[in-house]
Amino acid sequence: MAVEKRNVSVTANGQACSAEVEPRKLLVHYLRDDLGLTGTHVGCDTSQCGACTVMVDGDIVKSCTTLAVQADGSEITTVEGLGTANDLHPMQQSFWEEHGLQCGYCTPGVMIAALGLLKENPNPTEEEIREGLEGVICRCTGYQFIISAIQKAATIIQESGIDLNSQQLVGEGTHNE
Amino acid sequence: MSKVVGTSVKRKEDSRLLTGNGRYSDDIVLPGMLHATVVRSTSAHAKIKKIHVEEALNHPNVVAVYTGKDLEGKVGPVPTSWYVPGCNLKEPPQYPLAIDRVRYVGDGVALVIADDRYAVKDAAELIEVEYEELPAVVGQKEAMKEDAPLLHDDIENNIALQWKAGEIPEGVMENAEVVVKESFYVQRVFPSPIEPRAAVAQYNPGSGELTLWCSSQNPHIHRMVLAEVLGISEAKFQVIAPDIGGGFGGKIGVYPDEALVAFASREIGKPVKWIEERSEHYTAANAGRDEIIEVELAGKKDGTLEAIHVKNTANLGAYLSTMGAGVSTIDFGMMITGTYDIPYAACETTGVYTNTTPTDAYRGAGKPESTYQIERIVDLFAREVGMDPVELRKKNFVKKEAFPYQNAQGLLYDSGDYEKPLNKALETLNYEELRKEQERKRKEGKLMGIGFSTYVEMCGFGPSEVVGAVGFQGGTWENSTVRVHPSGKVTVFCGTSPHGQGHDTTFSQVVADKLGIPIEDIEFVFSDTKSVSMGWGTYGSRSTAVGGAAVSFAADRVVEKAKKIAAHELEVAEEDVEFENGTFSVKGVPGKERAFKDIAHSANMAWNLPEGMEPSLEAQYFFKPENFVFPFGTHVAVVEVDKDTGEIDLQRYVCVDDVGTVINPLTAEGQVHGGVAQGVGQALWEGAVYNDNGQLVSGTLMDYTLPKARFFPTIESDFTETPSPVNPLGAKGVGEVGTTASIAAAMNAVVDALSVYGVTDVEMPLTPEKVWKVIQEKEGNQ
Ligand code: FES
Ligand code: FES
Repeated sequence: MAVEKRNVSVTANGQACSAEVEPRKLLVHYLRDDLGLTGTHVGCDTSQCGACTVMVDGDIVKSCTTLAVQADGSEITTVEGLGTANDLHPMQQSFWEEHGLQCGYCTPGVMIAALGLLKENPNPTEEEIREGLEGVICRCTGYQFIISAIQKAATIIQESGIDLNSQQLVGEGTHNE
Repeated sequence: MSKVVGTSVKRKEDSRLLTGNGRYSDDIVLPGMLHATVVRSTSAHAKIKKIHVEEALNHPNVVAVYTGKDLEGKVGPVPTSWYVPGCNLKEPPQYPLAIDRVRYVGDGVALVIADDRYAVKDAAELIEVEYEELPAVVGQKEAMKEDAPLLHDDIENNIALQWKAGEIPEGVMENAEVVVKESFYVQRVFPSPIEPRAAVAQYNPGSGELTLWCSSQNPHIHRMVLAEVLGISEAKFQVIAPDIGGGFGGKIGVYPDEALVAFASREIGKPVKWIEERSEHYTAANAGRDEIIEVELAGKKDGTLEAIHVKNTANLGAYLSTMGAGVSTIDFGMMITGTYDIPYAACETTGVYTNTTPTDAYRGAGKPESTYQIERIVDLFAREVGMDPVELRKKNFVKKEAFPYQNAQGLLYDSGDYEKPLNKALETLNYEELRKEQERKRKEGKLMGIGFSTYVEMCGFGPSEVVGAVGFQGGTWENSTVRVHPSGKVTVFCGTSPHGQGHDTTFSQVVADKLGIPIEDIEFVFSDTKSVSMGWGTYGSRSTAVGGAAVSFAADRVVEKAKKIAAHELEVAEEDVEFENGTFSVKGVPGKERAFKDIAHSANMAWNLPEGMEPSLEAQYFFKPENFVFPFGTHVAVVEVDKDTGEIDLQRYVCVDDVGTVINPLTAEGQVHGGVAQGVGQALWEGAVYNDNGQLVSGTLMDYTLPKARFFPTIESDFTETPSPVNPLGAKGVGEVGTTASIAAAMNAVVDALSVYGVTDVEMPLTPEKVWKVIQEKEGNQ
């Protein structure tokens, strides 16, 4: 009854990774359990909360509703690929400054979703941000400071000329100052 | 160095959370770790005839399967922690797995352990349970009826408790000029932390020590209760709450599942992890509210309030949860007069068992319900006597001069000035103009409403003697140790257990000011029973008022000792030493000084200490507050209801909260926002629904509406500061105010909008369908 495993190779946050997984394995579990990228979380089982949001080949994807095998060969960005504690990405920096997180459980997914939003609309209004966050749920913050954080990030990103559409979010030159 | 208390210091805990370096329960991976899943009842009420486990046991990945019978003698029932006295409380045993009968959908039936996250779910599917269905009852009123099915054979009419507090002299209600009555249903809702529950247990078969990481708001309570349930010494049992993805009361409870995970690890001798799924969470984790509240408010035609009589019929679910008995009695019933000087009050609460998931504390725990009934009924009273709701409130407020004020139920409100936040809110709203706008809109046939909630709540649990007298099985004092290392860097231990509130930061602000050192030099340790001597956790907005106070006192003790050492080194009398901004200096002798970090070094080296002094620089303080604290404020919602669709447009939300001294305005405001979102969520969108057979029909995030960003306008939040005399920080508590206040504010706004039809209530949540029906019906009647 053992199912044949399949090799799934991805470039995760700029690094080549691969693991043998069951074909039914969800991308989120591949990221967390096989690649050790535990910054991406699971909050529901019906694809509603967005805690698991990651970027796959530049698109916003709920990794709880994607199979790992579907992501084979793709480039994936998770929260670990944004910035480090000493060199925060403008999105992380803004969430910090604007108090856009409390428990932090939704935050990685929300930040990635927000980057997806800014790719589409680099200078969104408050209303557009509220609408644009349809795919994520935060139970702690009431969203207000998440919105201020995204507004601030949008400004920093625009002012520093970061190109969110260059598929790779990570790497030199994308970070704040 | 300037003081940091009162400033918006950015959170210290964020750098790990923002970079994916948080450590939540599911991030814990241990060598040889197994995975657990609980097979849960699909029936609301049934006898268990047989459980077929053979097939599951044959699954190649399965290590063990346990049923309720296998646990007998090894794991005891999980008890409640709140034995409210004088109410004839009946506590049925809640076994970690049901033995011969299931009583709600979600009741645990079997535990499966396997070596793989996915395989354990496969194996669980292979377990077949033969049930003999029994009639189920889900509503509390129905469950009390003579012919209702009994959940527990020896508990008559399913009545868990009958509690009373306060008395209204005969004639007061009967002879009152005006009596307004209404019945409110504060519906069942789910706390819904985005991280469901989780537990990882590791038993060491050599030493007999057990470590349990679990998503808990109060690890020391978990240790105390589970030690008993598992029959293990507290001294060999460590409970750690790692990073927690939200709690809101839902992670106070000590649950059967946590006992099961610990049991399995001990039995098998390997680490075991259990991660709850969302839909499982909604059947198996405690829900909140579910109270039918009947209110009668008596007073004079001039608007003077004289007496309030309240009956609360609370749905406790199938078993008594950790705080289950206290929420609808003590938490609710002692505060029914709210911010008003009402001479007489009486509350009668009946707690009822039903075939539903148990209910427990949810953000505010009893206080939102209590605030809801009083704030709703004063609005209706104002309408009855033809007064503006603001005017009626001001007329009846406990006056500023009256504090400390004893309410009709005997609670002593610590400090207050209820008009202050109200006036500030009125100004922000431009209230008079707003009422004129409402008039204009009404003439145009539009339904605009303005709703107030001028609340007060009981926080900061609590004075141990009082808490003991009302039957809570905990001390609710708090403890802190401030440990100064030789370098002058500091580790602080505290018994509260933050899970998103940001206490690392706010408590560090307190210590930084006390010791005159930078925030970066301070690290906090919470949530670990092995490191922190004792503590009672985070709930009831107690952390800052009680835990923060303990921290402040412990820091004082450190300074006291350090001062002695400084005096000794500076060769002056202690009285001549001043301590400011991290420097000990001699009064009137400039330049003669020692830095805090020099003293830290001296104390730890102990080469030259004052005669008889113990080495090191470390102090502990156990703080037992003398009273609760009572934050208050005004919340206002402005809505417009669409006549044609029943949709509610929340146009403005203004709140002014007085939570005593604010330590960090930024994080305090964050707490208010989150609280408001949950309260407004209850009023407008959220609702847990069971069908008559006891099946939960709102059991996933597809069917249960958690508010999204687009549901809200910008919340206009502000504070006034009336310090509490109960603790040295002057702090009151901010975690629950938003929820406590906002349910009534939102509802009052909608009812105000619909008052043109004479509507006095619509059952929450105010879905467009419900509101539309009410409008249609009324329009038809006109
Ligand atoms: S975990 Fe909730 S949407 Fe993926
Ligand atoms: S910060 Fe806790 S869920 Fe968003």
